[in-house]
Amino acid sequence: MQKKVLKMRGIYKSFPGVKALQNVDFTLHEGEIHALMGENGAGKSTLIKVLTGVYTKDAGEVYIDEADRPVHIKSPQEAQKHGISTVYQEITLCPNLTVAENLFIGRTDELFVNWKKNNQLAETILKSLGIPAKPAQQLSSCSIAVQQMVAIARAVDMECKVLILDEPTSSLDDQEVLKLFDLMRELKARNVGIIFVTHFLEQVYALCDKITVLRNGELVGEYLIKDLPKIELVAKMMGKELGDLANIHNNAREEALSKSEAVIEATALSSSSGIRPFDFTAYKGEVTGFAGLLGSGRSECVRAIFGADRVTKGRLKIKGETVAISSPIKAMRKGVGYLSEDRKRDGIIGDLSIRDNIILALQVMNGFFKPFTKAQAQAFAEEYIRLLGIKTASADTPISSLSGGNQQKVILARWLLTHPDYLILDEPTRGIDIGTKVEIQKLVLKLASEGMSITFISSEIEEMLRTCSRLIIMRDLYVVGELTGDDLSQDRIMYTIAGGENQNVKKQ
Amino acid sequence: MKKDSKTVSTRHSQHKLLQKQPVTDTAFLLAITILLFFTIYALSIIFLGDKGFSKIQMFFNLFNENAALIVIACGLSVVMITGSIDISVGGSTALICTSCIVCLNKHGFNFFTTLLLALLIGLIFGAVQGFLIAYLEMQPFIVTLAGMFLGRGLVALIEVNQIQVDNAAFEALSGSRILIPFLGDVNKKGIFIQSKLEYGVVVALVIVGIMFWFLKKTKLGRSFYAVGGNAQSALMLGINVKRTKFLAHLLCGLLAGIGGFLYLFHTRSGSVQQATGLEMDAIAASIIGGTLLTGGVGNIIGTLFGVLASGIVLLVVTAIGSQDPWWPQITRAAMLCFFILLQSIICSRKKKQD
Repeated sequence: MQKKVLKMRGIYKSFPGVKALQNVDFTLHEGEIHALMGENGAGKSTLIKVLTGVYTKDAGEVYIDEADRPVHIKSPQEAQKHGISTVYQEITLCPNLTVAENLFIGRTDELFVNWKKNNQLAETILKSLGIPAKPAQQLSSCSIAVQQMVAIARAVDMECKVLILDEPTSSLDDQEVLKLFDLMRELKARNVGIIFVTHFLEQVYALCDKITVLRNGELVGEYLIKDLPKIELVAKMMGKELGDLANIHNNAREEALSKSEAVIEATALSSSSGIRPFDFTAYKGEVTGFAGLLGSGRSECVRAIFGADRVTKGRLKIKGETVAISSPIKAMRKGVGYLSEDRKRDGIIGDLSIRDNIILALQVMNGFFKPFTKAQAQAFAEEYIRLLGIKTASADTPISSLSGGNQQKVILARWLLTHPDYLILDEPTRGIDIGTKVEIQKLVLKLASEGMSITFISSEIEEMLRTCSRLIIMRDLYVVGELTGDDLSQDRIMYTIAGGENQNVKKQ
Repeated sequence: MKKDSKTVSTRHSQHKLLQKQPVTDTAFLLAITILLFFTIYALSIIFLGDKGFSKIQMFFNLFNENAALIVIACGLSVVMITGSIDISVGGSTALICTSCIVCLNKHGFNFFTTLLLALLIGLIFGAVQGFLIAYLEMQPFIVTLAGMFLGRGLVALIEVNQIQVDNAAFEALSGSRILIPFLGDVNKKGIFIQSKLEYGVVVALVIVGIMFWFLKKTKLGRSFYAVGGNAQSALMLGINVKRTKFLAHLLCGLLAGIGGFLYLFHTRSGSVQQATGLEMDAIAASIIGGTLLTGGVGNIIGTLFGVLASGIVLLVVTAIGSQDPWWPQITRAAMLCFFILLQSIICSRKKKQD
């Protein structure tokens, strides 16, 4: 039995209004790669931050190296002293310094820098870990993967016993991921315990020994990788038991659907976000959905269609006409609307009034040199406030003073005002109350019945099942399946996410 | 045979290690600045030789006139590398000149006590501004703008009129020159006159040397680069970001003190309007020398050549015959635009690579 390097017991942490962690246990042995899995809000990052001292825990104990006494870690620096190092998704090195400097800066008390000695030491470290970088090279001239590896090398050189990798692969390409894996295996052989946080299921099964699954701040369990098939992992992450067939899908809509007119036809579309080429067709009057775990590429697909990410390959036809969408405004002119995932960042303009927020998209399409008169704008605003039942004192109220659900309705109004033929709703119901959720779902079905084609994305499977008549299933940036009709059930979705064939792979 | 190849490879890798820093964009910007300086100088010798540019003394005058600016620009480069700015150095220079002259003339200060006073004023400016910027996280531009006003205001408080040094010993020291052996020009009467160099230039060049070494070889010097490159990362790498920022401003203040003293040593006069725009000249010289306003990139040798390049351009424009004061300004504007454009091209190219 190998030595336990880290033991966390009964960890509690809450923020105002949220219980982020409740009685969570976590154990890490030396020379083990341990995946920490969970959907959004499961508590992965909170657990990591408690461990590294960014947050202070409310209760619970952390033991290092099988010690009898728990340790109290108050800052990342203290965590490092205990041998716990973290490599974050965003690289926290200085791009303007050399590789060697990034390895050593801030670690010594020496007043003077011995470049020669540092470069030689760095050369040894880089060689022993097989990192393809020169010590004297400026860090910014290295690829992101190599920068990531330099960050890891720094952590390892600081004699870490526990290495936390927080989504290190999300900005790497396939080749780079393989190199990183080699490095991780090398560290494993050196008895470093690695906590690996990732959304990519394939990577977990390629590399890890154990999985700890969290959900809603609670521990679901710790499993050996060989004891937990992918499908069960997916079920555990989503919190659904297999064979739970309580959901009965209403198929009535599908018969009414005329598949005559394709609004959107995407062929082998891919974008700068790293999404793999995918095919997608949306028909008039249809509600489609992209389903998958967080980070599987749901949003990236629709962003490519809208031109929000730079399209690198593939062809896109809108209403039968081949178009080159290089920016969102072009997509908007072709009748595409996109309600973005992050309402606060990409949606509302907090200081502007409801009226100005509603007319924004239409105004942009018309051009700023032909402004609407105040009367026109007011008429538009009042029409949609009434239509969508936005609860506000007047159209002059700044949007930031509304509740989340009402803000979302305003953004929805903004897009409806442009009368799109194809409307993408990316997580339109996140963080809003249940009543408004149902209203939005009803609205989606109503708009579709009036002939609009809609793509609906949500983290809640039930919601997707209620609204969508066709689901595109995604895993690890690939489209892995398409479900319609009777196949639309939670079980089928989970099976497809866990093990379906790659549409893209089959073609190659 | 095997052994041989091994030694060759180790020698090869040693050779690689000897090139401490590879050719980077910084080096490229530096090369352009140096090239620009020598090109303008060569052209001015060819086309404006009759206007004095072929004289060797002209070369030394370039240093004599700019010694103070070189030191002050070094300080500016330090704060700019750290990602901050200091626009108070013109004001503090004026304050140093006037207060030193008053002390020299009326309070019996000698050379050394005057120097101490100058350094003290510079350090106080640096320390207070550094504290406000680093520890209270105030905007450097605003803080040093206040410093600039304060400097000028204090000058007027001390003495409204223009004043001159009236201290024989100080004047004698300030008037003395180093005669350069074997170098000189033949004047119209055919007499050989040795080239002269002011003592301030020696100080300035020594400081350039020290700062070059300091920024490259000390932990603090490298921390300036780290903080300017990415303050958040620097914090994660274990650097005390606030202290580093404070020390950058303190160092800039010290150099402004030395520079202010050199300014006094050169001009021997003081007034409220003295050294107006000096801070902007220093910033311009740093930028022309390849320091990025965004921080993290910069080189002291570049700054030196930045001062010299803008200095020679001013001389050339004046020599061409335009007595109007705006032409030098417009030329400098063009130079700055050129260099900032160059920098942004390099930066955007870099981003694309990433």
